Amino acid sequence: MDTLVVHVLNALLYASVMFLIAGGLSLIYGVMRIVNLAHGNLYAFGAYVTAWAVGRALGTATEASLWMYALLPVGAVAAAALGAVLEPTLLRPLYRRAEEYQLLITFGLLLILEDLMRLIWGPYPLQASALYEGLGSLTFGESIYPTYNLVVIVIGGVAAAGLWAFVYRTQFGVVLRATSQNMRMASALGVNVNRVYVQAFTLGCFMAGLGGSVIVPQQGAVLGMGVDALILAFVVVVIGGLGSLEGALIGALMVGFVREAGITFFPEIELAVLYLMAAGVLMIRPAGILGRA
Amino acid sequence: MDILRTTQLCKSFGETHAVDHVDFTVTAGEVLALIGSNGAGKTTLINLISGLIPPDSGRIEFQGADITRASVHHKIELGIARSFQLVNLFDQLSVHDNVTLAIFSREGRTRRLFSLAAADTAVRDEAVTVLKQFGLDARTAAPAGGLSQGERKLLDVAVAYALRPKLLFLDEPTSGVSTREKAPIMDIITAVVRSGGITAVIVEHDMDVVFTYCPRIVAMHQGAILADGTPDQIRNHPQVTANLLGAQTA
Amino acid sequence: MTGPPRRVLAWSAPVLLALIVLPYVVPPYQTVLLTYGLVFAIAALGFNLLLGYTGLLSFGHSAYFGMGAYAVAFIVKYLKLESMEAFLLGGILASGAVAALFGLLCVRYTKIFFGILTMALSQVLWSLAFKFFWVTGGSDGLRVPTPTLLGGYVRAGGDKFEFLSHRYYFYVLAVFAVCVAVMWVIVHSPFGKALQAIRDNETRAEFVGVQVWHYRWVAFLISGMFTGLAGALWVPLNGLTTPDILHWTFSGKMVFFTVLGGFQTFFGPIIGAVIFNYLETYAVGHTVYWQMVLGIVLVVLVLALPAGIVGTLRHLGLRPVKMS
Repeated sequence: MDTLVVHVLNALLYASVMFLIAGGLSLIYGVMRIVNLAHGNLYAFGAYVTAWAVGRALGTATEASLWMYALLPVGAVAAAALGAVLEPTLLRPLYRRAEEYQLLITFGLLLILEDLMRLIWGPYPLQASALYEGLGSLTFGESIYPTYNLVVIVIGGVAAAGLWAFVYRTQFGVVLRATSQNMRMASALGVNVNRVYVQAFTLGCFMAGLGGSVIVPQQGAVLGMGVDALILAFVVVVIGGLGSLEGALIGALMVGFVREAGITFFPEIELAVLYLMAAGVLMIRPAGILGRA
Repeated sequence: MDILRTTQLCKSFGETHAVDHVDFTVTAGEVLALIGSNGAGKTTLINLISGLIPPDSGRIEFQGADITRASVHHKIELGIARSFQLVNLFDQLSVHDNVTLAIFSREGRTRRLFSLAAADTAVRDEAVTVLKQFGLDARTAAPAGGLSQGERKLLDVAVAYALRPKLLFLDEPTSGVSTREKAPIMDIITAVVRSGGITAVIVEHDMDVVFTYCPRIVAMHQGAILADGTPDQIRNHPQVTANLLGAQTA
Repeated sequence: MTGPPRRVLAWSAPVLLALIVLPYVVPPYQTVLLTYGLVFAIAALGFNLLLGYTGLLSFGHSAYFGMGAYAVAFIVKYLKLESMEAFLLGGILASGAVAALFGLLCVRYTKIFFGILTMALSQVLWSLAFKFFWVTGGSDGLRVPTPTLLGGYVRAGGDKFEFLSHRYYFYVLAVFAVCVAVMWVIVHSPFGKALQAIRDNETRAEFVGVQVWHYRWVAFLISGMFTGLAGALWVPLNGLTTPDILHWTFSGKMVFFTVLGGFQTFFGPIIGAVIFNYLETYAVGHTVYWQMVLGIVLVVLVLALPAGIVGTLRHLGLRPVKMS
């Protein structure tokens, strides 16, 4: 029974992070109809920035002080700032062009960011494990579970709820949804579409960066994590549907649980199971479970 | 002989009944207009018959055979073709290539990888003939994207015509075209259609065009057929004048 | 007008002549370098059938190049054959099989989904190359000796470098010429026109009777086989195949050099591949941050020179060779 709880928690942990990344991707697509191939790198960027900030705060100390946990969002903010710069400079010129060019430029961005992180932080992984260990672990029954993981799960849940409230309960959310459904109409009604776009993009990048920031104490920041995350985020949105936040949540949960089951019983083919799932969904319901066709 | 018959055809988008239990019959060889205000269901009806979208319920029969769920490809093979309201051409290909492609496809030759398209003189000549019929033979080498709106509308029809269909749907063939260009376009279209013995269903908003060129008019309103008759009958039909003709812009 | 336009024939003759004479006028190192360039050019030809002619941007073509390369390595390891012809056949068949399978999944989708799906599938292959290390040699890869050409008639003899820079070079040149000719015919065939129609207007193509995803799948298959053929030609040059060649970064290079040359023309990708090969060789020694350089150039290309090198030259009136 205890091990079951542990597996469920692991699945939820993974789902939390995947929701943040995939949710950001879906939000951006839902509003702007673009997919940023460098989205995974913003997740990585968030991880690196947070790990670096924590490292600086720690200095030579080995144990984390409580205030250091406030540094976690730093990566998310940095990713958001990066996004706010990228959208008007690299993406806006291409909205009128064929979609291939969007893909090409974001792919170029992916390459740049990969090496930029290598340039800034070097080829070796960056850790922030002091934060991970600092919260200790909970014992229930015969199992021990790291408390930090629970914090991440809670953050994921709060983010999902917060995002939902933001999109469906605020004025800005109304504007966001209007623009996503009919950009021209929204523009005709006086919405500053350019501003909405950069705000939506920034929000999406914030979410990706937050995903990286919260998970970096557990797994560190390593080169290549961006592309791996992109592909997994893609699996999530395939299952849940591109453009749907609820879909990102459902997809993230499914991916989290299937992956956990896969690792436990068939560690060899973990990745393959996820791709098979994505392939299956693509064949049966190409728009995803909740996607817009 | 009925070339096309729909029975209780239905299509809804959410709450909207775009096509509402439509019984629509077309006789072989006739030229008819399909009129109605925006949202009346004309384009949806064409989309259903041509295969772009599947119906929710009802039947579509072509020359007696049930084609309700047939694929676009199959319908084209049977002889149904359409042009588009918003011009749909292969913009980077030449005018000539747009038509030759339709012919190659009709002849099943698009499977051929190892022969040069330029070498097939029969197809090339036929394309030139078609383009001449449509008055487009002056600029065959130009990319389709570079033509004027009127020329593009004609090319759109020419491509559908090159499939040698039995039944041709023309979705607003003169929309977006200046008034003085409309008559020449319709003249060409009706001449081509008559000489080929093609049954044509023309969706149109311009009532002058409709009354001049179409011996039979079918009026739609809110997804259903409101009236069906000759121009005189339609002109004097009380509901048609109330719902449609008042709102028409020539 | 049948056959290639006169202008193409006009300048291809001196180019071909220069290529034939090359090994006798430049150092062997240069010839081998160009051989790599020709190999990448063949991969670019395959890649551009999908991008320029069918409108599908794949980020996973390393899968087919890698399949071609590993097929050669397996033929050496398990079948103990050394014939280049066997290598080529194996490379084409292996990459074709994978392309057929991946294509079934990918071609129902376009643009974004297609792009990421192709990337994801090639990453699966890459990770399999590590997982099944007892077959693939893992990260060490597999060695491949110099092959025999023309059914064993031509052998390497003692000096491998001399072999590569002369006999092997001519072999690759011949295969390259055949590939160019075959691809030229394919893109100018009715099938090629159908692909371009699909690229320009998927809906209209459907309504002209072209079954879109079926044609895309065939294009995908041919594209994969050309790229796999390139992979098979590459391995003897490299002497070794490693999982790197399956990684998405290699797919990225293919995207890059195709866009560099210009994906809207027939010869653009070829020129792009050859130029890129020189760029990479001479720049790799200068910086570790090679990916960033590629990325920056790609961004600049997209923003400023979307037609690529050849396309831009064409707009300036210097090289009027079009696509359709």
